[in-house]
Amino acid sequence: MKKNDDSATGIWKVISASSVGTMIEWYDFYIFGMLAKTISTQFFPEGNSTAALLSTLAIFAAGFIVRPFGALVFGRLGDLIGRKYTFLLTLVLMGGATFLIGLVPGYKTIGIAAPILVLLLRLLQGLALGGEYGGAATYVAEHAPANKRGYYTSWIQTTATLGLFVALGVIMLVKLNMSDAAFNAEWGGWRYPFWISVVLVGLSVYIRMNMSESPIFSKLKSSGKVSKNPLKESFSKKANFKMVLLALFGAVMGQGVIWYTGQFYAQSFLETKAGLEFEQSRTIMLWGIAFATPFFVFWGWLSDKIGRKWIMMFGMLLGILTYRPIFSEFLKDTRIATEAVINFQHADTTYHTTDNITYQTIVSKGTNSDGLTFNKIEKNIARPDTVYFDEINADNEVINKIYTIDQKYHQHEAPVYKDVVVSKPVYWKFVSLVFMLILYVTMVYGPIAAFLVEMFPTKIRYTSMSLPYHIGNGVFGGLVPFIGLLLTTTFPGNDLVGLWYPIGVATLCLIIGTIYLTNKIDNKVDD
Amino acid sequence: MDSLKKTLGWLWLIAGPAFIIFLIKGAIDNIDLNGKKEINDPVIWIIILLIFLPIAMGFVVFGWYAIKGEYNRLPASSEEIE
Repeated sequence: MKKNDDSATGIWKVISASSVGTMIEWYDFYIFGMLAKTISTQFFPEGNSTAALLSTLAIFAAGFIVRPFGALVFGRLGDLIGRKYTFLLTLVLMGGATFLIGLVPGYKTIGIAAPILVLLLRLLQGLALGGEYGGAATYVAEHAPANKRGYYTSWIQTTATLGLFVALGVIMLVKLNMSDAAFNAEWGGWRYPFWISVVLVGLSVYIRMNMSESPIFSKLKSSGKVSKNPLKESFSKKANFKMVLLALFGAVMGQGVIWYTGQFYAQSFLETKAGLEFEQSRTIMLWGIAFATPFFVFWGWLSDKIGRKWIMMFGMLLGILTYRPIFSEFLKDTRIATEAVINFQHADTTYHTTDNITYQTIVSKGTNSDGLTFNKIEKNIARPDTVYFDEINADNEVINKIYTIDQKYHQHEAPVYKDVVVSKPVYWKFVSLVFMLILYVTMVYGPIAAFLVEMFPTKIRYTSMSLPYHIGNGVFGGLVPFIGLLLTTTFPGNDLVGLWYPIGVATLCLIIGTIYLTNKIDNKVDD
Repeated sequence: MDSLKKTLGWLWLIAGPAFIIFLIKGAIDNIDLNGKKEINDPVIWIIILLIFLPIAMGFVVFGWYAIKGEYNRLPASSEEIE
């Protein structure tokens, strides 16, 4: 009995040491994206083409190229020297890079060195993230008993969402306690979330240092069976490579788009398409995430009983069938019907002149009969109208005359409704819809660590599972907003058209997964 | 089911290059050096094409393996992979 107690305590130490570190890595990665607007003002000023190029690389290259590359670099290392030291290294790299981003002086102070330094540190973050997840999932799975592998690894699966939750919470807390000017200043509040990271990482490194190596890897090492070249064995041996491809196209690709749509696209959609006010959109996300997060563990636990495959496939199917109705509801309930406006007041008018053209922005506050409050933003434009005509003078001479008549404002862009505040019932309806979106995330994401771990042998597990995971999440998932924008530009006037990308990828993955994957659990992971 | 797996393999084999053609067309239609949107930026398109080219090739290989019947029987244990 004593032995059982000890092993139970041991596994929870393993889970907490792995989960806390992974959660911090996600937190570090997210705060950059969430503070992108302020960061771009500080480091990538508009009008400087080099800074714009560096900004693009910082946003896109870190997610798409460096993450899979990090999976290869650290996956290889993890299969050669062990899980413990590798995911300790990724944690230190990530924490160090995040803290240093918070210390880089702005463009105004050190010029082009600022965006270059931030880009390098951001790439380092992407590299570290690529190596972290595979290590944490493998480490926990190799400690877990066969009948509870889904349950125990599902705690690792909560970390990406909890990292998002903590990042949202910390940023909101800092932002709500100071003025916008103080937050956005060169050494302002936006840097605090980066500095906080060093404390969290220090704590996590201390905990991880006290952990021992995975018992399965230690056994492999002591018997001299560690892979000599994990990259070669993972990707040049057909028997393993075909499983890497199957993992990517039959599971992780769909999981990536469901994950990204639920956690990120929904938030961006609420703010940009539905025009919801900042605090409401963020708190709706926070509630949805808080209510849904326990389901990661539930699906992980259930996957030990009924298998991993069908839970993941069902999550994808629900996303495919309900994304459009759910996002339609967001639009419907925030639409400002002009006939229902009961109170409308002018709030502010600003002018801005460039190249002899004056731009006028009129902000009006309104309330409608559904209890919505909103800001209506009208953008008008005025060009000096010039009139040419001939005049005949007293000597019968024709004189060319030019008159510039008064500027008249014309509508420049269709009015937009922003900062929409919805009534309480609609607010909670949105929370429940976001909850559903995150619930799908928990279904596809909860069992996937155990699923991937069981697919590959110990000696090349870290490498083999990390690459498909980061291509699925970083590339397929990370492209949701970009492809969404591409579709919106190609088919203008349809706010829901961007959803066809995650729906299409999830459908393809569902077909492949249903036909090619097996639902059998491989109980033996020490092979 | 095995014949379905093999038949669909042809679809995956074609889908890989088709996706790359779709992306190249998207790049040609949207790259605009004077444009201000993300999709007008050639650097982003270069990154996306670079990363999707090996993925599309992987999809072709996946299709080829399916046609060859490599997925008709999956290993019951990762021990079989070694």
